[in-house]
Amino acid sequence: MVEEEGFRRYVAHVILWIGIAIVAFPVYIAIVASTQDNALIANGQMSLLPGGHFFEVYYQTIFVGTSGSTREPVGNMMLNSLVMALAIAVGKIAISIISAYAIVYFRFPFRMPIFWLIFITLMLPVEVRIYPTYKIVADLHMLDSYAGLSLPLIASATATLLFRQFFMTVPDELLEASRIDGAGPLRFFWDTLLPLSRTNMAALFVILFILGWNQYLWPLLITTRDDMQTIQVGIRKMITTTDALTEWPIVMATAVLAMLPPVFVVVVMQKLFVRGLVETEK
Amino acid sequence: MANVTLRNVRKTYPGGFEAIKGVNVDVGDGQFCVLVGPSGCGKSTLLRMVAGLETVTGGEIDIGGRVVNQIEPADRDIAMVFQNYALYPHMSVYNNMAYGLRNRGMAETEIKTRVEEAARVLELSPMLERKPRQLSGGQRQRVAMGRAIVRQPKVFLFDEPLSNLDAKLRIAMRVEIRKLQRRLNTTSIYVTHDQLEAMTLADILVVMNGGQVEQVGNPLAIYEKPATTFVASFIGAPPMNLMSTRPEEIRSQLAGSNAADAGILGIRPEDFVITDQTPASGVALPLTVEAIERVGAETFVYGCREQEGERVAATPGELPPGEIIVRIPGTEAPAIGQKIRVAALRNKLHLFSGDGRKRLEA
Repeated sequence: MVEEEGFRRYVAHVILWIGIAIVAFPVYIAIVASTQDNALIANGQMSLLPGGHFFEVYYQTIFVGTSGSTREPVGNMMLNSLVMALAIAVGKIAISIISAYAIVYFRFPFRMPIFWLIFITLMLPVEVRIYPTYKIVADLHMLDSYAGLSLPLIASATATLLFRQFFMTVPDELLEASRIDGAGPLRFFWDTLLPLSRTNMAALFVILFILGWNQYLWPLLITTRDDMQTIQVGIRKMITTTDALTEWPIVMATAVLAMLPPVFVVVVMQKLFVRGLVETEK
Repeated sequence: MANVTLRNVRKTYPGGFEAIKGVNVDVGDGQFCVLVGPSGCGKSTLLRMVAGLETVTGGEIDIGGRVVNQIEPADRDIAMVFQNYALYPHMSVYNNMAYGLRNRGMAETEIKTRVEEAARVLELSPMLERKPRQLSGGQRQRVAMGRAIVRQPKVFLFDEPLSNLDAKLRIAMRVEIRKLQRRLNTTSIYVTHDQLEAMTLADILVVMNGGQVEQVGNPLAIYEKPATTFVASFIGAPPMNLMSTRPEEIRSQLAGSNAADAGILGIRPEDFVITDQTPASGVALPLTVEAIERVGAETFVYGCREQEGERVAATPGELPPGEIIVRIPGTEAPAIGQKIRVAALRNKLHLFSGDGRKRLEA
């Protein structure tokens, strides 16, 4: 790292602070607005200082919801989002680590074609295959269910690729030592490969959890019941475009609440996350 | 305790490459067998076939009277020490050693006894709770040895276990491996490309080249009577000087021996003496000194044959044609550019057929 002296250092810091302000200000506004009275906001007289309705607004948001547009407590939406994000993150890791294990360590017919098939699906994000996927989920009667929310997003080429690359860096001798030590394929996977993949799994979990949490289009399509909607869809629905009054404090409170779980996951798993991305020692 | 017998063992890879072309070796109970050869000669492949990590294309591998060709590595009653140690990075030293025993369903108390005994022998007792990455290279190497010992297998297999260590540690570990093997009296097969390691460790030395065995036997016997020019130049450092017997200068000095049939004459660097006299029976060569290497106890003199010397190609450690290495004790050496005469006695000469595949008695 280069130590800058005097003036130039201040310039750098000023630029950084401007950047931080640009990013942080909307978040601040959301927090402030979530503690204000709705009438004030609607009149365009919102103060830039926190108001006195914090507990009242958050209580209503979490346990009651808006009185007009959605009528669903945001607590329930958060639960739906949480289940979906966890199912996607855990499911993706579980499936992709197993398929990567098969592709790297076993010789079976059509191994490479299968690998390429998995690889090609990288080029097909949810949005591209959304109609057929919707049709399948609907035919399987999975609309308005957790399975419908998470299953189609679980099969993952990226995670499989990541684990494949990691497994290929694990020295062959470890497998051979395990074989001599009397460990079969499952034992090797469980006793050696999984513990070695721990940091990779943590890094992937952070990324996938946030990806799952932020899903919007898919939940919007397949959930129709209010009690199945996720928080990302909920926020949008709260903002009425008709002549009814949008309950801004509640919308803002919901936005703040929606930010919390990803922040929590990143903060808690940050150390593992960074190690998983940079660690080279085997 | 067990014999290991290889009967006409072959290995052909799916691509058609023949890695092992019919090897016969018999390692007696408790013997230390060293497979030595240049890179790619198939020595590691052969060891891995004994371990069960490579399939056998043809022939039989017999461990303790049981043909193990189709038996899983874990059931062959062998233990292997890998070049990179292959320790489980996430397990403590104790667990690294205990893992194989646990997989066999051994009682935890028995495992503890065995691991602690091995740790004591290998001086690892204070580090049983450490992870491999907290250990030095030499300590990791000892953990790998410990993992092999606790199994109390019929056969130890070593795949270049010392090549990742620095030179000093390598010598120390070499002695330790030998002592340990003597004490446990376990049949061992050891792969190395280092001829010094091979000479010092082996009860039986197997010199391999191109997937075939060149010579099997006691290391000193091989050193004294190499069967082929390959063995002659591979065993011993610096390598044996090999030269064609065709030039009249050499041919005339070999009169009366088998030299008529011989195409290649070999003389070890240490068998030369610098002298002006021509021995009554032997070979004398005039040389021009080109380079001197002083290593303390001995000095290597690199000389060029004066007449248009034609040097026979020897595969490893090959020298430019006509160049001769002479090893003399001490640090006294002729000056560069000086013309000297070197001589070797008749009983120090090695004669080989023209293709280098056959040794002839002088």
